[in-house]
Amino acid sequence: MSEAIALQEYEKGTSLWADAWHRLQKNRLAVISAAGILCIVCFAVIGPWFTAYDYDQQDTALGASAPSAAHWLGTDPLGRDLLTRVMYGGRVSLLVGLCATTVSLLIGVLYGAISGFIGGRVDHFLMRVVDVLYALPFTIFVIILMVFFGRNFILLFFAIGAVEWLTMARIVRSQVLSLREKEFVEATTVLGLPHHHVILRHIIPNALGPIIVYATLTIPQVMLLEAFLSFLGLGVQPPMSSWGILIKEGVETMEEYPWLLLFPSITLTGTLFALNFLGDGLRDALDPRVSKD
Amino acid sequence: MWSPRRDRGHGMTRYILTRILAFIPVLLAVITITFFLVRVAPGGPFDSERAVTETTKKMLEEAYNLDAPLYVQYWDYLSGVVQGDLGPSFRKPSRTVREWIELRIPVSLELGAYAIVVALFLGLGAGILAATKPNSLRDYAPMSLAMVGICVPNFVLGPLLVLVFSLWLGWLPVSGWQDPVDKILPSLTLGAMYSAYIARLTRGGMLEVLSQDFIRTARAKGLSEGAIVVKHALRGGVQPVVAYLGPAAAGMLTGSFVVETIFQIPGLGREFVESAFNRDYTMIIGTVLVYASLVMVLNLVADIVHAWLDPRVRRRA
Amino acid sequence: MNRLLVFALALAGCVALAAGCGGGATDDGKKVLRVGNRSEVQDLDPHLCTGVAEQRALASIFQGLADLDLATMKPIPGAAASWTISEDGLVYTFALQPNGKWSNGDPVVAGDFLYAYKRMLTPALGSEYAYMLHCLKNAKAYNEGTLTDFGQVGVKVVDDATLELTLEAPTPYFLSMQIHYSWFPVPQKAIEAFGEMTTRGSEWTRPGNHVGNGPFKLKDWRPDEVLAVERNPNYWNAGSVKLDEVQFYPISNEQTEERMFRNGELDLTYTVPMFKIESYRKEHPELLQIHPYLGSYFYRFNLTRKPFDDVRVRQAFSLALNREEIAANVCKAGEQPAHFFTPPNTAGYTSQHQVETNIEKAKALLAEAGYPNGQGLPPVEILYNSSETDKIFAETVQNMWQGSLGATITLRNQDYKIYLDSMTGLNYDIARSMWIGDVVDPVNFLECFLTGGGNNRTGFASPEFDAAIRAAYAEPDVAKREAHLQSAEKILLENAVIAPVFFYTQKFLQDPKVKNVVPNLLGQYAWQDIDIVEPAA
Repeated sequence: MSEAIALQEYEKGTSLWADAWHRLQKNRLAVISAAGILCIVCFAVIGPWFTAYDYDQQDTALGASAPSAAHWLGTDPLGRDLLTRVMYGGRVSLLVGLCATTVSLLIGVLYGAISGFIGGRVDHFLMRVVDVLYALPFTIFVIILMVFFGRNFILLFFAIGAVEWLTMARIVRSQVLSLREKEFVEATTVLGLPHHHVILRHIIPNALGPIIVYATLTIPQVMLLEAFLSFLGLGVQPPMSSWGILIKEGVETMEEYPWLLLFPSITLTGTLFALNFLGDGLRDALDPRVSKD
Repeated sequence: MWSPRRDRGHGMTRYILTRILAFIPVLLAVITITFFLVRVAPGGPFDSERAVTETTKKMLEEAYNLDAPLYVQYWDYLSGVVQGDLGPSFRKPSRTVREWIELRIPVSLELGAYAIVVALFLGLGAGILAATKPNSLRDYAPMSLAMVGICVPNFVLGPLLVLVFSLWLGWLPVSGWQDPVDKILPSLTLGAMYSAYIARLTRGGMLEVLSQDFIRTARAKGLSEGAIVVKHALRGGVQPVVAYLGPAAAGMLTGSFVVETIFQIPGLGREFVESAFNRDYTMIIGTVLVYASLVMVLNLVADIVHAWLDPRVRRRA
Repeated sequence: MNRLLVFALALAGCVALAAGCGGGATDDGKKVLRVGNRSEVQDLDPHLCTGVAEQRALASIFQGLADLDLATMKPIPGAAASWTISEDGLVYTFALQPNGKWSNGDPVVAGDFLYAYKRMLTPALGSEYAYMLHCLKNAKAYNEGTLTDFGQVGVKVVDDATLELTLEAPTPYFLSMQIHYSWFPVPQKAIEAFGEMTTRGSEWTRPGNHVGNGPFKLKDWRPDEVLAVERNPNYWNAGSVKLDEVQFYPISNEQTEERMFRNGELDLTYTVPMFKIESYRKEHPELLQIHPYLGSYFYRFNLTRKPFDDVRVRQAFSLALNREEIAANVCKAGEQPAHFFTPPNTAGYTSQHQVETNIEKAKALLAEAGYPNGQGLPPVEILYNSSETDKIFAETVQNMWQGSLGATITLRNQDYKIYLDSMTGLNYDIARSMWIGDVVDPVNFLECFLTGGGNNRTGFASPEFDAAIRAAYAEPDVAKREAHLQSAEKILLENAVIAPVFFYTQKFLQDPKVKNVVPNLLGQYAWQDIDIVEPAA
């Protein structure tokens, strides 16, 4: 019985993604969200061509001003147009959010899956390495990265990925520990399928639910972490900005100039909602069990 | 599905012992890496805007044994740690690192405990509510709230709560850590973000389980939805939460720099960040040591809980 | 959903209940002043401190030989009742207060000062502010270990009530220096009850162990929460002390401090967040205090690097700074635009040489240096440390230089310690900098730029400048001394080693019930004079 299921899964492995794509298209919320994300990406990438201002164009005499016809989202204390800054900030934040999350996803999922699947001493060792990495002082780590490699945008992904994958690895491992005891996985062992095949084809797809949920949770975390790293000097340098930095600055003046906190926050939250619904849709679409219905 | 009780108990004890034994190499690795890492970072504990004269600097380094070869310092430090001596603090000489940590830990543990309660209560509640009736208002409302909770970082939430509950409504104090009323806003602020994560993870995990065969069997048997959730679904559904909770709880219990500075709380979280900025070498290693120990203990607890929730894992362990 | 609602209601109920019964501070007629103090004190041992928060707290529990009348900035009796100065300005003889006592009742004797200076200067203690005492004869040699006999240092106990100090050179600000904690006496008995003279961080500074000679004594010290000092009945002038207790709150977050003040949890703040100034000015001008402060904000040029090895380029950059615009539109707290380095009217001194703002001239100089309209100018990086305010200034200045000079300017922020490291190692192009005076004297500012000095950090080396400063050191005549300093500042500014931006202001919030706070250049507080007068109900 279990062998049969495993064989069946193995055979239709190639069509899993096509199936998922088909199912995703039928999920209205996910489609709308995907469109929303596309809009936000356009807003950030193409938007700046259509505004009358540059992100670093100051008007200190004007200072912070509330939304108006000239500045749709108002201006910051140096008189810079917030709309333009949110657009440019989106480029940074989206890039960081997606790249750093992907980095952490790749490392975390592979590490967790391998650790959980092999188990025993290897698992024990790999997880203790994670414990060590959790404990190391992040601020110092960032400072040292900066000193030895200078300012480099790629480093930012590395630094963020380096901390964010840890929890992902733990979550994936916990899923894999449960999964590998399941009949269909045991069956693959009986069939003598190679490990990498089992992990990539059977374990990870079945653990996708929590992976996708946690990945969507990682994105805003990464975007906000970027603000901290930029504050330390790693990452984007002023006058360039990001959503995280804009929000951080906005808090300081939330009573005086609430729009400086409100608009970046709304943009970030909106993006996250869309990503989240898309994530849920993906999860449903990729769920291997659904096909059994 | 359930393995014999006797066998399980035996395996578990051995497993826990192995894990506890592993504390030693992990802590050693953490100390060693941190010790050399902080020395690599430019700038020393005695650099400041007003330049210290060369001679004074030399005297200070002598006073703190910083002029010895690095491996000697490392060895001295290690032998100190074994005897429970974490060395003096360079930037705050009035107390030793150990005294500073002892002073701060109770505060951080208390705040962390409240935050965990808040996070679990709100997070699990919202997650279960949402998962038991997916794609309905009962799903969207708490999940949207959780989403906002994730997007509103604590450096925004804290001041917002203070603004509303302290300055506008006048119900709660702005800062402090003395009376019970002082502790409400910080606990909420610290717990909120974690609760949002837990809600999302719970919902995801629960949905996963609720679609599985044995739940369908249970439903077919005519068990009430409540019983299904509590008896069967929760067990498997909270597994991602448990995996997440190990490091998350360590994060909450060791305090948060942001929450502690916003609410003026004398916890350990500030020490983490400030000692790194101050290059207070011994303080950095001291705080890291505390954090490492907590991470390991809590990850162990999380793994034990995980095994307890999932008998299949337990059998392997 | 219902359960959540119930929980929320229950929580709200608890909150309301708790707020109702807690929080009300009992008013038993005691005068307690609650002060924001920025950062936790490093220690309550005056010899182991380096910060400003420490100065404020220590000034309440210790007292130096002379105090300052903050209104006139003239020395007044402190732990010494009177003093005489020799003709050549080198020997000071102090007569101590006849009933001067430590907080434990022991008399304050001349030997206590000798002990304090000896401890401060002993190399093994490693006191970072020991250089403040280097104006004493032979103190520097003793501090650096080249002299081992303290008997040769210019400190002499004539008798228990008389202390004689001999200086290396005439130092006009010597008496006003006595308010700095590096000059405070320390209690030998208390210190040696918990260790040796040079033990760093012993328990003598804990509540119950601490002994001081100030108007207040240590009551409670809960680090990162509050430092409380109460009236010291053994203080020689205890009758004049008005407050019963002062509580110092180490609040590092400016926003938190402002919110605490607004909620009535503080009477006096350390600072005001930049963006709150305008709203206070509009809505509560009576709470907002803004006063000149002895501090200078400037940009340093790296003289060892291209293009700033060329004085014309430095001058061009300095000329292109619109200081008026920065002060008015960016600082917003009444800061004075700075056209020279030493703050105006520092002990009567104001630099005669001024740097102007003149874009045309700047462009001409830049062209003369071979960079017409900024062409050929390598990209220039402004270094600043991780701080929101410094970031705003850097962004503004970047915009100005790019706009007016056509230069390519990038910004670089670094963690504070790396930033210091980069400056000291001359690993920058332009760096944001500041100097806050320790004492009200121009030499304290100008001596930073002595050749090879630790605070120079520009690579500036000018024998003429050094000669002018050294001449001022040795000059007993006030007018001649000022002339030397004027010429030193002129050399500094003509060489455009730095581009001054603005002079700091001290800004804080003060509850109107707090009386007798005398604003002054040093940001000092005379805690013994401050009073609280509750408004009549």
